[in-house]
Amino acid sequence: MIDHKELYQHYRKLLIEHMERKSEKTLYNGQLFSRQMMENGVSPEDVLSLHIDVIKEFYPHMDEKFQSAFDFLLEAMIGYGLAYREHQNLRYKQRQLESEIDIAADVQQSLLVGEVPHYDFLDIGVISRPAKRMSGDYYHFVKDEQNCLSVAIADVIGKGIPAALCMSMIKYAMDSEPEQRTKPGAVLENLNRVVEQNVDPSMFITMFYGLYNESQHRLYFASAGHEPGFYYSSNKDEFQELIAKGRVLGLDRSTKYREYEKNIDVGDMVILFSDGVTECRTEKGFIERDEIVRLIRQRMHLSSQEIVDGVYKELERLQDFQLRDDFTLIILKREV
Amino acid sequence: MNIAPNRVEIHNEWDIVRARQSGRERAKELGFGHVDQARIATAISELARNIYLYAKHGEIIISVIDGEKRGISIIAEDNGPGIRDLRKAMEDGYTTSGGLGAGLPGVKRLMDDFDIVSEEGQGTKITAKKYLR
Ligand SMILES: Nc1ncnc2c1ncn2[C@@H]1O[C@H](COP(=O)(O)OP(=O)(O)OP(=O)(O)O)[C@@H](O)[C@H]1O
Ligand SMILES: [Mg+2]
Repeated sequence: MIDHKELYQHYRKLLIEHMERKSEKTLYNGQLFSRQMMENGVSPEDVLSLHIDVIKEFYPHMDEKFQSAFDFLLEAMIGYGLAYREHQNLRYKQRQLESEIDIAADVQQSLLVGEVPHYDFLDIGVISRPAKRMSGDYYHFVKDEQNCLSVAIADVIGKGIPAALCMSMIKYAMDSEPEQRTKPGAVLENLNRVVEQNVDPSMFITMFYGLYNESQHRLYFASAGHEPGFYYSSNKDEFQELIAKGRVLGLDRSTKYREYEKNIDVGDMVILFSDGVTECRTEKGFIERDEIVRLIRQRMHLSSQEIVDGVYKELERLQDFQLRDDFTLIILKREV
Repeated sequence: MNIAPNRVEIHNEWDIVRARQSGRERAKELGFGHVDQARIATAISELARNIYLYAKHGEIIISVIDGEKRGISIIAEDNGPGIRDLRKAMEDGYTTSGGLGAGLPGVKRLMDDFDIVSEEGQGTKITAKKYLR
């Protein structure tokens, strides 16, 4: 807080300057003064009181009614002063909250960003970006001893902090799955029970779980209501829907998940994503799935990582750099 | 100076004005400046209005603090319904007036010391003090 006397002298000087040589410059000084006051947390009623004191000094025989009018104004300003102080306090609280969220987002990122395993036969690309600070998307790769790859992608319906909290639980549940994951359907059935038991019924989670068997070059997969991905056949040079049916996680604890499979030839691709990819909204409406296929096709000569990065950049630009939903895109391409 | 505490019973809006006036006069006698007088009067107003609105009746006791630090003490006491969640009531933006800075957090800001004791179903006692600088 600055000293009252100092403040008084300063205000007095500026006010006299203005009263004697009224100009835009003296008014500008007044504006600068108000900034300085606010920086020092001086309330409006204090400024008014300075003003009254200076005026009284100049007009010691001020008309009594005139003086009462000032008192009235001062009284009316007290409420504004309170609102001003409350605003300062709320701003401080907001900054605190934001820094808490920043920390939480960092913690979450460290949960989310798992290592992407490396294989000679498979080129993997991943991108995952939250719409806000925290993400409700989750992906996960595990390489087991048999050189099998399990890949999971999950999407908590909803976004922001509640979705992120829920996502952390999925991560934990996935980590407590046994190392040997042979049956995608069984993995989803397990998770479904965990979600049904632990998550608020208003929250839904969709998930795709796949197991890539290296010796067979076959993908076994199951889906819990997850946005269907694509399968690209290099033979036919064509993109197909990677259809798998199943209820979203958490609806009913006895849900069974059917297992599907697909042979993967050299040059084939499996493309998985969260609905933040298909729900990209541009001026012309939602992005069509065909549009995503087109964006991928344009980049097929690139590495999987370059493809997902490129598609993300393009979609980000199409929606004016404002993601409306968490965005996760995964591409697996068989190399040899 | 008369340092006997001044009690104002609160039953209606007119009593709120009397409590304010009593507080302002006492503050003036003590040598509080114009702004502080207005602040003290506003704090009394808020406390008295709460009594009037939520407890129907109670009293405001205004007294002089004549210790090491001189100042004014305001006690607002009632046997009304009490405040269940004090933490909430003291939170900025919680008041029914929609967070214009007034209400109990406002009283706390206007004064130097603020203490509240409240028991559900028994009543509320708020003590607020302001010292001369
Ligand atoms: N003396 C009291 N007895 C019982 N409840 C009270 C009392 N004083 C305050 N409360 C409760 O605490 C709440 C907060 O009080 P506060 O004065 O901060 O805000 P408000 O009265 O709701 O709105 P305003 O900003 O108009 O004062 C009130 O809504 C009321 O429920
Ligand atoms: Mg109130």
